[in-house]
Amino acid sequence: MANASYLRTEDAPLLPPPVSDTGIAGWMRRHVLSTMNDFSSPGAGIRSVLMGLLTLLLLYYGLSALWGIIDFAFIKAVWSDPEGLKRGVCTTAEQGGVATGEVGACWPYVQAKVKLFIYGRYPESELWRPNLIFALLAAGLGWIIIDKAPGRRFIALLMLSVFPLAALILLTGGHAGLSRTGMVIMAVSGVVLTLAGHLGLRGVLGEILLAFGGGVRLLGLLFLIIAAVMFFMSIDYGLEKVPTDFWGGLLVTLVVALTGIVASLPLGIVLALGRRSSLPLFRVLSITFIEFWRGVPLISVLFMSSVMLPLFLPEGTDFDKLLRALIGVALFSSAYMAENIRGGLQAIPKGQYEGASALGLSYNQSMRMIILPQALKIVIPGIVNTFISLFKDTTLVLIIGLFDLLGMVQSSFTDPSWATPVTSATGYLVCAVTFWVFCFSMSRYSVHLEKKLHTGHKR
Amino acid sequence: MKFKKVLLGLAVVACTASAQAATTLETIKEKGYLQCGVSQGLPGFSNPDDKGNWTGLDVDYCRALAAAIFGDAEKVRFTPLSAKERFTALSSGEIDVLSRNTTWSMTRDTQLGLNFVGVTYYDGQGMMVPKSLGATSAKELDGAKICVNTGTTTELNITDYFKTHNMGFELVAFEKSDEVIAAYGAGRCDVYTTDRSGVAAERLKLANPDDHMVLPEIISKEPLGPVVRQGDDQWFNIGRWVYYALLNAEEFGITSANVDEMANSENPEIKRFLGKDDSKFGEGIGLGNDWAYNIVKLVGNYGEIYDRNVGPDTPLKLERGVNALWTEGGIQYAPPVR
Amino acid sequence: MQEDTVRQQSIINKLLYNSTWRGWLFQALVLLGLLGFFSWIIYNTVSNLQRLDKKSGFDFLSQRAGFEILDSPGVRLMDYAPGVSTYLDVFWVGAINTITVAILGIIAATLLGFLIGVMRLSRNRIFSAVATVYVEIFRNIPLLLQLFFWYFFALRAVPELRERWSLFGGLGGINKSGLYLPAPVFEQGFGYVALAFVLGVAGCWLYARFATARQFATGRRPPTLPVYLLLLIGIPLVVFLVQGSPLSWELPVFKEDGPILRRGYQADAGMVLKPEFIGLWLALSLYTASFIAEIVRAGILAVPHGQTEASQALGLSGGMAQRLIIIPQALRVIVPPLTSQFLNLTKNSSLAVAIAYPDIVSVFAGTALNQIGQEIEMIFMMMMLYLILSLLTSLFMNWFNARIRLVER
Repeated sequence: MANASYLRTEDAPLLPPPVSDTGIAGWMRRHVLSTMNDFSSPGAGIRSVLMGLLTLLLLYYGLSALWGIIDFAFIKAVWSDPEGLKRGVCTTAEQGGVATGEVGACWPYVQAKVKLFIYGRYPESELWRPNLIFALLAAGLGWIIIDKAPGRRFIALLMLSVFPLAALILLTGGHAGLSRTGMVIMAVSGVVLTLAGHLGLRGVLGEILLAFGGGVRLLGLLFLIIAAVMFFMSIDYGLEKVPTDFWGGLLVTLVVALTGIVASLPLGIVLALGRRSSLPLFRVLSITFIEFWRGVPLISVLFMSSVMLPLFLPEGTDFDKLLRALIGVALFSSAYMAENIRGGLQAIPKGQYEGASALGLSYNQSMRMIILPQALKIVIPGIVNTFISLFKDTTLVLIIGLFDLLGMVQSSFTDPSWATPVTSATGYLVCAVTFWVFCFSMSRYSVHLEKKLHTGHKR
Repeated sequence: MKFKKVLLGLAVVACTASAQAATTLETIKEKGYLQCGVSQGLPGFSNPDDKGNWTGLDVDYCRALAAAIFGDAEKVRFTPLSAKERFTALSSGEIDVLSRNTTWSMTRDTQLGLNFVGVTYYDGQGMMVPKSLGATSAKELDGAKICVNTGTTTELNITDYFKTHNMGFELVAFEKSDEVIAAYGAGRCDVYTTDRSGVAAERLKLANPDDHMVLPEIISKEPLGPVVRQGDDQWFNIGRWVYYALLNAEEFGITSANVDEMANSENPEIKRFLGKDDSKFGEGIGLGNDWAYNIVKLVGNYGEIYDRNVGPDTPLKLERGVNALWTEGGIQYAPPVR
Repeated sequence: MQEDTVRQQSIINKLLYNSTWRGWLFQALVLLGLLGFFSWIIYNTVSNLQRLDKKSGFDFLSQRAGFEILDSPGVRLMDYAPGVSTYLDVFWVGAINTITVAILGIIAATLLGFLIGVMRLSRNRIFSAVATVYVEIFRNIPLLLQLFFWYFFALRAVPELRERWSLFGGLGGINKSGLYLPAPVFEQGFGYVALAFVLGVAGCWLYARFATARQFATGRRPPTLPVYLLLLIGIPLVVFLVQGSPLSWELPVFKEDGPILRRGYQADAGMVLKPEFIGLWLALSLYTASFIAEIVRAGILAVPHGQTEASQALGLSGGMAQRLIIIPQALRVIVPPLTSQFLNLTKNSSLAVAIAYPDIVSVFAGTALNQIGQEIEMIFMMMMLYLILSLLTSLFMNWFNARIRLVER
């Protein structure tokens, strides 16, 4: 081989990518300018120019909105109230205060009211109780959310069984004056029914129980659970009793939303199965129920459950208000839940139903062991989304005189010692940011779940 | 299967929930507290303070009622109600007494199945306008845009007033008083109207209270008072006499500070009032004989309540005016305890 | 004797083990339970009403209502006047207002939602970033808060009651009392124009069918656009001119002098959109649009990429591929959840009462209920209205869904 000097003997050095392709300029070129640099035809040219103008407009309005919020929340804000002037610190001289210039957010007001926003009027000395519940909730949910944490199933079970009871006892203080006889009757009939169902299934107690043993046993277990809850609720733990009237703020928001979602799950499953049932009455009832609740606004449901319920019940019946709101919310969301679950049920291929029948499983068995586990897994993101809307809808419980976060914030506006022109804007800002943080993180989690659950279809 | 379960559950609830019909007083004593309907926040009358405790004139009436029944002014729970829900809540039994700056009118007294126990605050409807409007009288308001609270007598009065004086107007009716004043503050309306006490209270929420003035006209009578359900005379009497007790205490000069001294007074009227002789006025209406003593001791007399909630030393700065006792030129007058 | 027992046993056996019989047994039990439950409720209600000595029945509907209602579509259509109109009129005023804001909200939310949904998929990162931020902010904050924000934001942004921003060269204008626009006044003979237009629409539909049939037969689509234009605009225009222009515009009147309260826009001239309506409409549309955007995005992403490639291989232009291939397939995924959003928007309009828009909840279940006090009848009427609206929306969307559904074997 001739040693020709024009032949390269080594690789050319690697050059850095052209400047126009890297850094901010490159990013702009690739992701922004590429949509507006086509001038090959008059039509394309006009489109490019329009795109450019629109982009600039969007940027301008986006940034000025952002600046408006920063300006209000930080730059012009009043941060502290060292002299305890209350309304004076956030008002200008001509409004009767000491601030100079335009006033932004009034943070001392939030400081003064923050306990009210979180716990409502929960007694100061007992605040450790809601705090403990919040901590347990955060720990439990955190555990379940982390994909690789050990014993997730166990923790989830605890969160669905022990946690609600513990929360109920801690928040109310237990020692509820429940009727002893009622409890005993519940417990005894629970034991009897469970035993009868159990023995009946073995054919000891005749034909009828052989056929209905499963149902009877289930009923017995339900009675036993109710009796147990009643028992635990009536024990005196030495905790001060805190009536639900004293709950408020974020605490009520969380209680309503969480209870609503947990209670609506079983009801939703029943309704979804009912809607797909082969028995016409069940189908008609389920459809009527679902479409009724989906068709009326939540505020009318809450109005009914708060002020009209006593008209429908025997004279003198007294129900806790929070409980009423919970029932209203649970019924309302169960209709949405049912539609979610129906979607899941429809997504299960027919072969699964047929396979279950071919194995000789009964309707109950095939639902419990084959269909529901698959269907529920598919609908988890949908459930999270229902939960998000429920969480936002808790703002409506104000209508029935319960003070959730927004209610607490609004009621704090009526305090004359903090009445300033910026009070309401500050309060609403706090409220909006809190709701946003909760809902946004939940929606992120739902997206994450969706991705995770779709592994089977990835190519 | 599941449906059967649900139904059985309902049946259980139904059985445990049935209760015997009882008088309002018995029911209250049994549950251990009084349920009182108040506003969702009207400074001076019923609004939660920094700690979230309810304060105000209407609230104190309920505390006095609780003091008379239980000898404990804290055995009362408050249900905040919007103007449009209040009567439904009372007639459905949701609350025992409605003490929510409610105007006594014939329709309400006779057609809704309710009874007004008295007038705890004599008010009239007032109007506030921006000074820049240059109006000095309500008669100059032809063509005004008016912000008002929905479901109130105010809403009806203003319609009548403008119709009577043949003036045109536009009515913007909000559900909550917060939004009414906020909309007025934002310039949506020329006129803000509600009871005069309310005007004084809500004015504090404006950016520049001094830029606004209250017009001299009082366009309606607004006797505000607590309401109970019709059909339970005993409860009606209790509600009525608790209010009279507040007035009588002020007339006798009994305050929460000196009530223990006064209990030893030789004045037979005072002794009778405080239940220190053997006349059994308390038992006559189903209460303890120290009912009036408890009211004054735990809540105070009418004057004290007025001064601490709406009086000249509060941000509302309302003079007693017609709400002074009859002995001092007002029209608050209570029948004697005899 | 023995036969009897056997027969009896077989009935019991059937009831227990035959799935049909067993099903009927269960249904009968449930029906009995339900009947019992409802009769219990009705009994309670009746006895409670008697005890409270309350009136019942629907007589109140013919009573006259004495309160003023804010100027709104319902008030205009029903010619509502306090002291003259009845409570039934109040119901219709509220109902019309609810329906108006729901329909306009649905239209705006759908348009905006589609726009934002497509923007989220744009190659332009600034577009997609803005769209993402929009969606994440608006769907994660309670509607009630947004309602307050838009209402008071809109109020503070526009000029005072006696000032204005002119729009369209003074034909319209905006200030704190509302957005004022010229109102069309239909004179005699306009009916013919409307008729011509309706006939034109029908003609277009027929012609479109004809064109498609031609296309199938000959492979070439006859020109459609000129024909459409002629039918929809040309002929009605000719009729309009022949009838002597039977349409005039009533301009809003803005007075700058006179007593201060009489200045500004006059209440009885032109068409007005009140701030309460605008606030509610904005909040409902913006909130619902964020959900619709997500639905649209998911729908478009659900169409496999192969479809785009195949349409390119067939030589379809970008627009045609979108119109003929992608959108029809995406719509199948989009329409069912879209229906729920429409229903949600309609129901959410019940929050109107917070910002003084006179919808059904505000005027009928609010102001009127306070005068009459017959909760059961009035809440029942209100719920029925919402149920009927939901039902109609569902029926329409189901019909639409059936039309675009994938036709399988």
